[in-house]
Amino acid sequence: MTAALSPRSLAEALRWFGDEPSSKLVAGCTDLMVADTLRRSEMPRVIDLLSVPGLADVHDTGAFLEMGATATFAALGQNAVIRQCFPALSDAARAVGGWQIQARATIGGNIANASPAGDSPPVLLALDATVVAASTAGEREIPYDQFHVAYRKTALRPGELVRAVRLPWPVPGSRQAFRKVGTRAAQAISKIAVAMSVRIEAGRIVEARIGAGSVAATPIRLRAAETAAIANAVSEALATAVGKAAASEVRPIDDVRSTAEYRSFALERVARRLVLELGGLS
Amino acid sequence: MNIECTVNGRSVSLAGEPMDRLLDLLRWQLSLTGTKEGCGEGECGACTVLMDGAPVVSCLVPLMQCAGRSIETVEGVAMGPQREFLERFVALGGVQCGACTPGVVVTACALLRSNPKPTREEAARALAGNLCRCTGYEGILRAVCDEEPRP
Repeated sequence: MTAALSPRSLAEALRWFGDEPSSKLVAGCTDLMVADTLRRSEMPRVIDLLSVPGLADVHDTGAFLEMGATATFAALGQNAVIRQCFPALSDAARAVGGWQIQARATIGGNIANASPAGDSPPVLLALDATVVAASTAGEREIPYDQFHVAYRKTALRPGELVRAVRLPWPVPGSRQAFRKVGTRAAQAISKIAVAMSVRIEAGRIVEARIGAGSVAATPIRLRAAETAAIANAVSEALATAVGKAAASEVRPIDDVRSTAEYRSFALERVARRLVLELGGLS
Repeated sequence: MNIECTVNGRSVSLAGEPMDRLLDLLRWQLSLTGTKEGCGEGECGACTVLMDGAPVVSCLVPLMQCAGRSIETVEGVAMGPQREFLERFVALGGVQCGACTPGVVVTACALLRSNPKPTREEAARALAGNLCRCTGYEGILRAVCDEEPRP
């Protein structure tokens, strides 16, 4: 028997979750209903976050764009402000599954589920996101690059949930892009996914953040590739160096979707191409 | 648990475990067997239904999230105003083995409601979550985009 709880406020959700931190939190269920097909009926206590009013809101807080945890990829992909200011996120939202999955899957679920192959994590890394974690003790901010601590493990504490994700507004001169490599454009879990954000001043990269998925046990920042990019003028040679640095700092695995060898190769090429694109050389 | 929702415009009551699949409840409690199970893991789109107007895969929707929602299955959609589309769909070879057909019809009707004259690109994008292994999508897209039959 499963106890099904549909909280009518965030406070109620936090109280119920705090009372029983082993409760299963659910939102779009697009991963949970697959993964747990055989164990669905054995979940003792399920808390449905879709019933919490306002938890899907997307709004401007001044310093940030704040996306509520249950905002769906359909909502994010159609959002005009996101399209304009965060095109990498908009592209990633439209690359998740197909229409049916985008209508249900949520940004909070995508990161709390903590798959290394999710589509939004590389973008959130590249865009310097912050997770707003909430519990009955209050809220705290977790820099997104510290959120994924090990394979399928997050920095959330027992009884703590993802309330929202914040993105700082882009500064002048910054550009961003997202690229996913999969078997087909829709409905394919990524072989690799890469997001890149750079700020270019007078032809020189002065700031760079690169996030990647499916190349390690967690979504990761490619720090060596970022270092290779920063303080240099955009050129073919620089793009090649960034690609090589990216490929050399990851240890991907062989699995059903791809091989370690292909993933390293594709990452090198995609990182190279993104530098050229964002640098205006292609 | 028992929940109340609307299916094809009628108020119904569904009973089961909170995480039971909407797909099974439609088929076994309401005998709406037009909705087919394909992969059972959200990849193929065969079990697509509309939830408050948006296409969702019913194999991934738990009973507890259906309370108060409006569900439309292929049976409901087929009786709606998209009759002309369905006739085109059959005439232009949108159906071959039929396994994907109910899901394709539901997704296509959702698209046509908001966009009565979609381009090929818009139609292909909308249908990306419905796998068809027979038709090559040619007949499906011709019907959705209301194109002339192939000469």
